[in-house]
Amino acid sequence: MIWDQIWMIIWTLLKIVAIVLPLIIVVAYLTYAERRVIGFMQGRMGPNRVGLFGFKLWGLAQPFADTVKLLLKEIIFPANANKFLFLMAPVITLATAFAAWAVVPFSDGLVLADINAGLVYILAMTSLGVYGVIIAGWASNSKYALLGALRSAAQIVSYEISMGFALVGVLIAAGSLNLTTIVHGQAGGIGHWFFIPLLPLFVIYFISGVAETNRAPFDVAEGESEIVAGFHVEYSGAAFALFFLGEYANMIMISSLAAIMFLGGWYSPFSGDSWIAQPSILWFFMKTGFFLLLYLWFRATFPRYRYDQIMRLGWKVFIPICIVWIMVVAVMKVYHVGPWF
Amino acid sequence: MKIIKYLKSLTLKELLNGMTVTGKYFFKRKFTIRYPEEKTPKSDRFRGLHALRRYENGEERCIACKLCEAVCPALAITIDSEMREDGSRRTTKYEIDLFKCIYCGFCEESCPVDSIVLTDIHEFHFEGKDKNVLDKQQLLAIGDMREKEVANARKNDAEYR
Repeated sequence: MIWDQIWMIIWTLLKIVAIVLPLIIVVAYLTYAERRVIGFMQGRMGPNRVGLFGFKLWGLAQPFADTVKLLLKEIIFPANANKFLFLMAPVITLATAFAAWAVVPFSDGLVLADINAGLVYILAMTSLGVYGVIIAGWASNSKYALLGALRSAAQIVSYEISMGFALVGVLIAAGSLNLTTIVHGQAGGIGHWFFIPLLPLFVIYFISGVAETNRAPFDVAEGESEIVAGFHVEYSGAAFALFFLGEYANMIMISSLAAIMFLGGWYSPFSGDSWIAQPSILWFFMKTGFFLLLYLWFRATFPRYRYDQIMRLGWKVFIPICIVWIMVVAVMKVYHVGPWF
Repeated sequence: MKIIKYLKSLTLKELLNGMTVTGKYFFKRKFTIRYPEEKTPKSDRFRGLHALRRYENGEERCIACKLCEAVCPALAITIDSEMREDGSRRTTKYEIDLFKCIYCGFCEESCPVDSIVLTDIHEFHFEGKDKNVLDKQQLLAIGDMREKEVANARKNDAEYR
């Protein structure tokens, strides 16, 4: 009895490690991909130097060199900074970013915690992430950091609403808060995926996701040109690395959620019985990768929004469209439109 | 009219146009030179590190006329001279301070015997505080090392001068 419980804990810990370790490696290579893709889009080569044992390997060892550099650097505490909160902030950001992964189904049944309110749990976790940003900005005892934190907080709170509303559409369509059930509702080829009936909500969800993660073109929280680096301006070394990790983990999170809720998770876009129509974890990875590419593509293309434009877009454009489309979805649900409902 | 503008912006057309442009650039040819492996071609008139040349029989060209010392706008050249046993005038000291030198090439232009030249060496460094001054032996050594390239470059460039 007691051994069963101990074994259960060890097994769960192993599963957590099996999720977090690949996630960290993907984050590392996402930073490499970002620099490479943006470089290519700007007519540059991007990092192509750092290799192993004299082989250049297109710079594939770059993330490891960056990691080693960051970990070896000194963590500098600003004068009169609150040391405890200063160190807790990146931990909060990272912990919430990783905790949300507990309910993500990678494939049929391949999920750490198959809880029935998975979507609400994810919304809660991503909302908690803003505390890391606010605390970091406040504990740094720096005006740039505080301004960045305030901007970031206002932005995340605003876009949380339109994001939540966009997810309400998914809830109506799937009739469940459980992510596995939501994916099951989209079985049967590309025509059955939710992004077709929920197209406006799909677009709004992803754009809000970009704003939620403070990525370009909504990166006023960092705003290099006006407030240096925003909330993490005073961070260095390993603490800065944690913020970095958290931000990129959140990006991957938003991308995988978009794949799960709108593009049918692990289902193949083809229907039929051939090998290409089989559901597979690879489909899930490909869809997530597509959204990650969009993140990088946005950053290479769009200039940063002005602060008031961000607020206008969130409150006066996205939320009304969401409300209208939720009603449309509700009507479609009642009359069982198409193959989706 | 305003409604049409709003509807147009809702199609995200302009954003997609922008992404098409960056998307095209993603596949365009990159012109970056991967420096240590690839190098841009250098002109025959390239003005790099200095060298003192010799005649083919091994005799040093410099006759200590000190025209280069006089013309040098940065006062980077210092020359002392003396009569050699065979009665010819030769330098006992020929130093170039590379920190002062502005690589203008006037020394080479002024030299009546084509002794001081600027080679195409541009990748060099010093490993000590006082290593910035090249003395006569070092300059002659550089000249011996690069004589073929230097002579070749002067020959190719001669018809355009």
